[in-house]
Amino acid sequence: MYNDGRLSWFLKGVLALGYLFLYVPILSLIVYSFNASKLVTVWGGFSTRWYSSLFQNDQIISAVLLSAKIALASACAAVVLGTVAGFVLARFKRFRGSTLFAGMMTAPMVMPEVITGLSMLLLFISMQQFFGVPSERGFFTIWVGHTTLCMAYVSVVVRSRLLEIDQSLEDAAMDLGARPMKIFFKITLPLVSQAIASGFLLSITLSLDDLVTTAFLSGPGSTTLPQVIFSKVRLGLNPEINALATITVLVVGTIVIVANYLMMNAQRKRDKAIAAAMRANDADSQNSAGKPAVSLA
Amino acid sequence: MDLKRLLKRVKPGRGAVISLPYVWLLVFFLVPFLIVLKISFASQDIAIPPFTHLMTFGDDGTLNIALNLANFQFILTDALYADTYLSSLRVAFVTTVLCLMIGYPIAYAIARARPDIRNGLLLAVMLPFWTSFLLRVYAWMGLLNQNGLINQFLVATGIVHEPLQLFHNDFSLYLVMLYAYLPFMILPLYSHLVKMDLRLLEAANDLGARPLKAFWKITLPLSKNGIIAGAMMVFIPAVGEFVIPELVGGSDTLMIGKVLWNEFFDNNNWPMASAVATFMVVLLIVPIALFHRFETRQLEGEKHV
Repeated sequence: MYNDGRLSWFLKGVLALGYLFLYVPILSLIVYSFNASKLVTVWGGFSTRWYSSLFQNDQIISAVLLSAKIALASACAAVVLGTVAGFVLARFKRFRGSTLFAGMMTAPMVMPEVITGLSMLLLFISMQQFFGVPSERGFFTIWVGHTTLCMAYVSVVVRSRLLEIDQSLEDAAMDLGARPMKIFFKITLPLVSQAIASGFLLSITLSLDDLVTTAFLSGPGSTTLPQVIFSKVRLGLNPEINALATITVLVVGTIVIVANYLMMNAQRKRDKAIAAAMRANDADSQNSAGKPAVSLA
Repeated sequence: MDLKRLLKRVKPGRGAVISLPYVWLLVFFLVPFLIVLKISFASQDIAIPPFTHLMTFGDDGTLNIALNLANFQFILTDALYADTYLSSLRVAFVTTVLCLMIGYPIAYAIARARPDIRNGLLLAVMLPFWTSFLLRVYAWMGLLNQNGLINQFLVATGIVHEPLQLFHNDFSLYLVMLYAYLPFMILPLYSHLVKMDLRLLEAANDLGARPLKAFWKITLPLSKNGIIAGAMMVFIPAVGEFVIPELVGGSDTLMIGKVLWNEFFDNNNWPMASAVATFMVVLLIVPIALFHRFETRQLEGEKHV
């Protein structure tokens, strides 16, 4: 009676109210982005004028481009560093300094951003005093800040996938004489590829969205999109921001839903293939002397 | 330990793999905290960068070390700072409780839904989290405004005659904090609730326990780790939150993130901002350690289930 998946009226009500709470603000943003009136909350008829004025706003366009560049660069770096870190935490377990390492890996996810932002800025200022680099705040300093934040999230996703998958595949490869590097690239990496992909997407959104750390690390010539949005909404409601929000929601929503669909499909196929290989292996070992049927190719 | 023995013990390949992310975090995460600590003992100065050096060399070859303890003295004795820290902790605590009270039933309902729709339901919770945080806060500015949608609705339906003051007060602060942090609570709760063995509830039912008692005695204790992980995931960043109190909070809302921001950007007092940050880290070190412990336990526990 407990696991038939039918929800009581109470739980159905909870879900309905919960999703209403989550989506009403977003829907209202979208509806009022098509408002002809300059007063955002007073309906003045349907119009797309804020979209055209948005695309003519050079400040916003250049901020979008800068944010996109930083997001791509930090997501790439975060995926490399985060995957290695997730692998180290999941497979090496104990080593000299592993407690400190694990702590430094989780702390950036919850640490208030005013602290991380300030501390990184002071690091760069000190580096500049002693070594002369980085000569100014801008792309590089923001990139380092975002990479450090995003790699923590990537490592959690990769690590939990690594702990989930069957380590016997890696063990089998080892028994067959494959070198560690080969095992990592031929077996481990493909098995966690979905986790890496979702870590990459997560990093992109975290970087595109970051305001506080960026505010500390950016220089006069480098204003990212959240900084432009923040300086505008501080002054009150702004119909151009509604139009920008609508575009953001549509783009992000489409990417997340499509990516989720593709990943679920790929995951299902891969799990099925592994299960089939395992079954073949079992059948094989019953027939012959137990040669593993897992191929490295 | 001498280098030769160390190198023998650590296989070079393994060491290289570990050191890549390790060195990055040491340089860009740990060392910066030490610099913050150092500068919190400096004084404000009209220079670039705007603080004094702790160590100076005198003409006669002496090394002078000047530690300025005034920043900490000020934080510890000034009533406004004490109020601000207490107020930040209170806002974070109330936000955490609200998120738990609203998030638990939602996580529970998703975990008990049909397996084929669970993923879609969870995705629907996460979707707002993927879209911009800043824009989600902005959305509430349009709803809570004096002439906003909520007031328009309340006046039009005759529930109130005058628009209510919903904006720039504690109500708007807590509401938007809840809205922004809710997904962080739902996710860890869900991942614990979905793993639970439902036969335990059947057994409790067979033995005559009422559903509410079974929930209280079985489901709630089994989701304890999820509750702690989710609570820390909300509480810790909420203590230092800056954007929400700045945009929708009242002008009298005291939040430590706002104070740090103002000291740094408006007063250009970097040593004071550093002292504020140091004090905040001291307050948060225990919650962060707790979060780390339960996060690790959950990740490593998955293997044995």
